[in-house]
Amino acid sequence: MDLSSINPVLLLASLMVAATPILIAALGELVVERSGVLNLGVEGMMITGAICGFAVAVETGSPFWGFVAAAAGGALLSLLFALLTQFALANQVASGLALTLFGLGLSSLLGQGYVGVKPPHTAKLDIPILGDIPFLGPVVFSHDLMVYFGLALVAAIWAMLKYTRIGLVLRAVGENHDAAHALGYKVVRVRVMAILFGGACAGLGGAYISLIRVPQWTEGMTAGAGWIALALVVFASWKAGRVMLGAYLFGGVTVLQLNLQAAGVSIPVEYLSMSPYLITILVLVIMSADRSRAPASLGRIFHATQ
Amino acid sequence: MKLTKFLASAALTVGLATSAMAQDKTKVGFIYVGPVGDGGWTYEHNQGRLAVEEHFGDKVETVFQESVPEGADAERAITQMALQGADLIFTTSFGYMEPTLSVAGKFPKVKFEHATGYKTAPNVSTYSARFYEGRAVQGHIAGRMTKSNIIGYIASFPIPEVIRGINSAYIHAKKANPDVQFKIIWAYTWFDPAKEADAATALIEQGADVILQHTDSTAPQAAAEKAEGVITFGQASDMAEYAPAPRVSSIIDNWAPYYIARTQAVMDGSWQSVMTWDGISAGMVKIGEISDAVPADVKAEALALKDAIAAGTNHPFTGPLKKQDGSDWLAAGETADDGTLAGMNFYVEGIEGDIPN
Amino acid sequence: MLKLEKRPQPSQLWTYLTPLLAVIITMIAGSALFALLGKNPIEAVATIFWEPLFGEFSFYYRPQLLVKGAPLVLIAIGLSLGFRAGIWNIGAEGQYIIGAITGAAVGLAFYPAESWLIFPLMVLAGALGGLAWAMIPAFLQVRFGTNEILVSLMLVYVAEQLLASMSLGLLKNPEGFGFPGSRNFQQYASGHNAEIITGSGMHWGVVAALIAVIFAYILLNRHILGYHIRLTGQAPRAARFAGVRPNLLILFCLGTSGALAGLAGLFEVSGPAGQISIDFNVGYGFTAIIVAFLGRLHPVGIMLAGLLMALTYIGGEIAQSNLGLPAAAIQLFQGMLLFFLLAVDLLTNYRIRFVKAETA
Repeated sequence: MDLSSINPVLLLASLMVAATPILIAALGELVVERSGVLNLGVEGMMITGAICGFAVAVETGSPFWGFVAAAAGGALLSLLFALLTQFALANQVASGLALTLFGLGLSSLLGQGYVGVKPPHTAKLDIPILGDIPFLGPVVFSHDLMVYFGLALVAAIWAMLKYTRIGLVLRAVGENHDAAHALGYKVVRVRVMAILFGGACAGLGGAYISLIRVPQWTEGMTAGAGWIALALVVFASWKAGRVMLGAYLFGGVTVLQLNLQAAGVSIPVEYLSMSPYLITILVLVIMSADRSRAPASLGRIFHATQ
Repeated sequence: MKLTKFLASAALTVGLATSAMAQDKTKVGFIYVGPVGDGGWTYEHNQGRLAVEEHFGDKVETVFQESVPEGADAERAITQMALQGADLIFTTSFGYMEPTLSVAGKFPKVKFEHATGYKTAPNVSTYSARFYEGRAVQGHIAGRMTKSNIIGYIASFPIPEVIRGINSAYIHAKKANPDVQFKIIWAYTWFDPAKEADAATALIEQGADVILQHTDSTAPQAAAEKAEGVITFGQASDMAEYAPAPRVSSIIDNWAPYYIARTQAVMDGSWQSVMTWDGISAGMVKIGEISDAVPADVKAEALALKDAIAAGTNHPFTGPLKKQDGSDWLAAGETADDGTLAGMNFYVEGIEGDIPN
Repeated sequence: MLKLEKRPQPSQLWTYLTPLLAVIITMIAGSALFALLGKNPIEAVATIFWEPLFGEFSFYYRPQLLVKGAPLVLIAIGLSLGFRAGIWNIGAEGQYIIGAITGAAVGLAFYPAESWLIFPLMVLAGALGGLAWAMIPAFLQVRFGTNEILVSLMLVYVAEQLLASMSLGLLKNPEGFGFPGSRNFQQYASGHNAEIITGSGMHWGVVAALIAVIFAYILLNRHILGYHIRLTGQAPRAARFAGVRPNLLILFCLGTSGALAGLAGLFEVSGPAGQISIDFNVGYGFTAIIVAFLGRLHPVGIMLAGLLMALTYIGGEIAQSNLGLPAAAIQLFQGMLLFFLLAVDLLTNYRIRFVKAETA
């Protein structure tokens, strides 16, 4: 055992990278759930985003357009979910699961020509002076743009929910859609927008895996990240800041586990892999003390009767 | 009871009838555990299937099913191929062992080939590759190339096949460089690109400048490419898109010669149940081109080692060797027997850490 | 302009017509997909729907429909009780795994003793294992008010890790040359969930699924508890006035669905699958959620939906190997079927009216 071989600076830096895809996807799902909709199809939208982003980045040679396409692809897939749940009034749990099945199939069909292809390189941001600060520099200031995008998104969503009118309407719709409707808010429109936003975020998260973190395309490459993003939202009790904390915890456990192994510490891998989920359950229990914060209309079908 | 007999005999007659009808064409079936686009294990088996098609042309028809879960679904997929008149069926994952045997019992006329298993029947053969021979060559290159003397190893599950690979690579790395140290990560997955990339990164951050992998995706290659001065080896596939660096060589599963030979045997009526465990000499394990990132003398040594293994003059597990706990395993000059290798569940002396469980 | 109008009563006619309609729409959309992939669309669709039922080898596929459908129906029946009452157990996959582990563990503990008592004991252990796993979210919800959707989902991942640990450790076959996975129950007569009539596909899991369907039907239609379940789902507040104790209902619904999922896991591990292995679970617990909704949460509907799902699985496999369709295309096709089935359900509960746009 040689714990000194673990370099905390590098550990923290790779933790931020590992956390980014689930962070972005979970933030999208947070907005969706705040509007009172439960979309279990995050995994399907992530993997669709992963291949859309990958394919476009390869074809255009530009990671930027790749990420744009990933967001579009994820949003387009989530549109199916929106149609089903908001217009056809189908059950959200079943629709979300169907979306995942559909997305996994669609992505592997789309990706058939892209196995073994290398995507264009996404440049790291080398911030001249900040990047040279000892410790903080490599940890905080030497990542690719998407890491900062994820962090900015945390702040933006936090502020949006807390201070803006859009946030107020979103929360009103999620807490009590009938009352929101009576007040004249367009419940369905708000929810469709939220679902599309969630789809776009999931797409971006997926593309982060295929374009930066791994970077390559292989079938089924998100390997359950979408489900972790779902768990994160709950862990965070529907608060943007806590999503970030959770993403680092979930991403961190994996990275830490691998690092401990490399350092020669014998750890029961399965039991360590369980821990984030057990912690989430614990958080749920603790949270329940101050009354569960789940949006009150979560998962319920809304139909305006006039 | 009568109904069952009727059903069973109906199955047989129909099975026979269809294979009789398709007599002119030999039908070969393949059951894959992953998608053909996985770029690794299943991809290479599918390359073998395509080679069979190319070799025999019109005389053969191939069918396959991908992403077949191990267990009940596998049994159905195999039965279905047998019903549809397949003459020869390759089941390409360890978990298909029991389903293969069970179906084989019902279709005595159809020949079955199960990869990596240990149970045979009159119409069931097993085949597997001595990947550890390739690991020895990798280990040698790794030991000679490392500057930090730390070699990272991404292992999948603690099963004999994987442990054998670690031991073989370690023995030969140690021979080439006595100061070498192995850092092993058990990923508990065959295929999870993101986790494999993280594992590679963790190893690199802890000083490893050579990454060996026993998982199937190219993610560790990509992770190594991002870091500088780290070398890797392709696993299952050549992974040539990462050559000349970080990928300096590879172990390729080359199933084509075996698949062609066995198909030929079925055509000739000379097929017999065998347990094949072939390595470099039979061409089942191929060493991918050693790139120019490797110095010429190291490359020459590696090729010499490969040739010696192929010729049978150098067994990768040759004594004196001790087990990790210091107990004797092989005396000087003694080589490991296949039984011990097949069930290997211990590290050799010098490797640090414990095998999980 | 199109306008939706809620029907006072769900339409009987459309309840029966919508599934048919959905299958037809899927066939059309699927044909387009298969044509895009360069396959003969009619042949492909016919292979999926016709071949397993009436094709040359249907004598083999028909029993397989039971084998594939039984676990789905068994789990979905349990889930549907809770879903009707607004209790969402999404973690059936985890309960399925735990049921398989506990049931198999009991069987393996007796190995190699032979006794007719062993299999019933395994069944009991499987049911109890699933029950216990489902009681975690149930208890936490009753005691602390946590959300059962999320707790049960989290426990799936925990169960998967336990499964890996078991197949590499405690339950590993000591004669398996170090390979992961337990002993095979197909070679252990006392613990084997064999076919009751050889070649019929009827194993005890199929019987259990049938009993569950009947049990659920009677419960929902003839029993006060079934009435409480339905009432709670439709009007939670009214239910409370009617004397329903919500906590008891939560314990009952989650417990029942957990026990049934555990049973499904036990029957699968001791029969068709044969052994505990790392990849033992193939998503039945999640697919069963879809099956429950496709069956409109009605016991008979669930039985039919389970068989339909099984049909697309088996037909899809045949299409793969006969026509060379990629597995992904089949997955996509199934996804479409689910979408359409969910979408057309609208017609059961709502009327679509054409209304002239009003000028505001």
